[in-house]
Amino acid sequence: MWRSYLLCGLIGWIAAVMPASAFVAYVSNEKSNTVSVIDTDKWTVTKTIKVGQRPRGIEFSRDGKSVFVAVGDDDKIEVIDAKSQQVVDSLPSGPDPELFTQDAAGKTLYVANENDNTVTVIDLAKRVRVGEIQVGVEPEGMTLSPDGKILINTSETTNMAHFIDTATREIVANVLVDARPRFAEFKSDSSELWVSSEIGGTVSIIDPAKRSITKKISFNIPGLRSEAIQPVGIGITKDGKTAFIALGPANRVAVVDAASHAVTKYLLVGQRVWHMAFTPDEKYLLVTNGVSNDISVIDVAAQRVIKTIQVGELPWGITIAPQP
Amino acid sequence: MIRWLVGAIGFCIVATHAVAADPIEIGIGYLGQAGLKSTLSLIEQPAENNGIAGARLAIEDNNTTGRFLNQRFALEEVRLKEGEEVAKAATELASRNGFIIADLPADALLKAADALRDRGTVLFNAGSIDERLREQDCRANVIHVAPTRAMLADALAQYLVWKQWKRWLLVVGSHDRDKLYAEALRRAATRFGAKIVQERVFEDTGGARRTDSGVTLIQRQMPLFTQQAPAYDVLVAADESEVFAAYLPYRTWDPRPVAGSAGLVPKSWDPALDQWGAIQMQNRFMKLNSRRMTDLDMQAWTAVRMIGEATSRTNSGDPKAVFDFLKRPDFSVAAFKGQRLTLRDWNLQLRQPILLVDGRMVVSVSPQEGFLHQVSELDTLGFDRPETKCKLR
Repeated sequence: MWRSYLLCGLIGWIAAVMPASAFVAYVSNEKSNTVSVIDTDKWTVTKTIKVGQRPRGIEFSRDGKSVFVAVGDDDKIEVIDAKSQQVVDSLPSGPDPELFTQDAAGKTLYVANENDNTVTVIDLAKRVRVGEIQVGVEPEGMTLSPDGKILINTSETTNMAHFIDTATREIVANVLVDARPRFAEFKSDSSELWVSSEIGGTVSIIDPAKRSITKKISFNIPGLRSEAIQPVGIGITKDGKTAFIALGPANRVAVVDAASHAVTKYLLVGQRVWHMAFTPDEKYLLVTNGVSNDISVIDVAAQRVIKTIQVGELPWGITIAPQP
Repeated sequence: MIRWLVGAIGFCIVATHAVAADPIEIGIGYLGQAGLKSTLSLIEQPAENNGIAGARLAIEDNNTTGRFLNQRFALEEVRLKEGEEVAKAATELASRNGFIIADLPADALLKAADALRDRGTVLFNAGSIDERLREQDCRANVIHVAPTRAMLADALAQYLVWKQWKRWLLVVGSHDRDKLYAEALRRAATRFGAKIVQERVFEDTGGARRTDSGVTLIQRQMPLFTQQAPAYDVLVAADESEVFAAYLPYRTWDPRPVAGSAGLVPKSWDPALDQWGAIQMQNRFMKLNSRRMTDLDMQAWTAVRMIGEATSRTNSGDPKAVFDFLKRPDFSVAAFKGQRLTLRDWNLQLRQPILLVDGRMVVSVSPQEGFLHQVSELDTLGFDRPETKCKLR
C-alpha cells in the first residue's frame, strides 16, 4: 500500500514540476539559413540552428526524434536531431525540395521538387529515393489522406490538385483549382480536402470521394484591395469545427467555421503570413510572418493573438512536437 | 473461339479509343519581324529568339498541364522580312492558328488586326508599348500583354517621387519614339508631382555604335553635354532608339543618378527578379533556352499562358470561347509578379506591376506604397478608364 502512495505522490510531484505544455516549435528562416527553436512555455527562442541554403518546408519525424528541413538551394533535406538540436544527416530529396509529407508510419517521405515538375518518394529507413512521379508545373503543396491511400500534390502553374495513389504511385485524378495552389489539408475525418490558391485568392473545398470542388471560400476585408488577399497556410482543428487560413500580404489569419465554411473573423498578425502549426493539445496556433520576421501565437479557443516572437529573417515553415 | 477473340480485340480497340479521345489541338502563331535592333551595350544585345523563347516555354508549361486535360499546344513562328506584306502573312498564319502572338510595330500590328477582324483570330500584342494601340487606335480583337509607355513612365515617376528626387533634367533623343517616351515622362511628372527643370535634346547625328576608341570620346562628350544645368536631383533620359542614354551614368557633369532609358529602368520583367516564385520561372527558362529571360520573353510567355489558362478553365480550344473567358471580369493570370494580373475591360490592356531595375538587381516594384486607387492600385500606372480614348470595335 505504501508503495502505491509513494508512486502517486511521485507522479503528483512530477506533474507539478513539469510545465503544463512541454512543446517545442521549429521555425525555418528562409533568408537567414537558420532554424529557430521556440519553447512554447516561455514563448522564447531557445536556440538558433545553422542549416543549409534556403530552408523552407519543415516537419517533425513521426517518432518526434528528428526534424526534417528542406534546404532547396542545396537540393537536399537536412535532418536535425531533436535532442542535440544539430544537423546530423541529410536525405536525397531531388532538386529544389520545398514542401514534403510523411506517411503515418514514418517510413516514406514524399517531396515536391519545384524545379522539375516531379514528386520524389524517399524510403526514410534506407535514406534512398525509391520513386518519382511526374506532376504539373511547379509542384508545391503536399498532404496525405488520413488513411494514407491518396497523396495530394498541388502544382502552382498548372493550377491543379493531383490525386496520387500511394500504392501504384500514379495520378488517378486532377482537380482544377484557382491560380497558384500553395497548400493542401484534409479534415481529420477525410470528409473534405482544402486547397488554398494564393493568386486566385480562394480556398477550394474538395470532396475527396467525388474528387470535385463543392465550394470555394473567398475573403473580403474592408479597406484592403483584393489582390493583397493571398491565402497560403491552412490549419483545421481535429474536431473539424474550426479552420484558420493565413492570408499572406493581407497580414491576417481568417477564422472559418469549418462546417458552414463561413469566415467568422480576421485576426491581425505580422506581415506576409504563410504557414502555421498547432501545438499538439491544439491550445495554440503559431503562424509565420515572413516580412516582419516573427511568429504570432494565436489562442485557439479565444481566437485571439496573444504573443509575437521575433525569429530569423523571412520565417517560412513551422512544426511543433512534445519536448524530446 | 477465334471469332470471339477477334471480337474481343475489336472491342478493346474501340474501348481504348474512347478513353484516349483525340486531344484538343491548340495552334498558336508567333508573328515577328526579322532582324535585330542594335543596342549601345553589347550585353543587352537581344538574342535572335528574343520573345519566342518565352512563348516556347509557355507552350511546354501548357503542355504539361495539357497532359492531364487532353489538350496539346503547338507554336508556329513566322518572321516578316523587309517589305513583306503583314496582312498576308497574318492571314496565312491565322488559317492554321486561332491565336497569334505579335511582336510588331504599331502600324504593322494594326494591319494584322484589321486583316483578321472577321476571322475570329485573337491577337496578343507582346511587343509594342505604343499608347495609341490602347487609345485612339484600339482594336477589339487585340489583347495587350506588353505594358504601355505611360505605365512604364508612371512606374518610374512614382519611385522617383517616393525617393524625393523630384527635380528632373529630361534629356530626349531626336527620334519619334524617344519623343513619345518623353511625352509619357512629362505626363508622369505632372501626375505625381515631379518637376522637369530643363529639357535637352540629344541629336542623333548618325555614326556607329561600336568603335575602337569609343570610351575616350564619350568621356569627353557626356560631361560637356550635361553641364550648366539648373539644380536637379536626377537625370531622366528618353532614348528608346539606343543612341546616347547608356553613356550617361557616371559621366554627367553634376554627380547625379540617371533613370529612364539607362540607369534605373522600368521594365515588365528582368532576369534578376527572384521573388514571388520567379526563381522557378528563371530556372525553367534558362534550362530550355541557355540564356536569361528578357521582358519580351516574359510578355510572350504571359500571352501563351493566358491562352492556356483559358483553355484549361473552359475545356475548349475554340478562340471565341477562350476570348470570352479572357474578357470575363473575374479572369486573372498568375505571372510571378506577387499578385494576380487582370485585363482592363475598356481597352484589353493587361494590368501589371512594373519592375525598376539597374541591370543587376531589382531596385523596386511599382505601384509604390501610398499611391492609391479606388479599383486597383495597378490602375495608378498608365491611362485610366476616365481618360481613355478607346472605343473597342
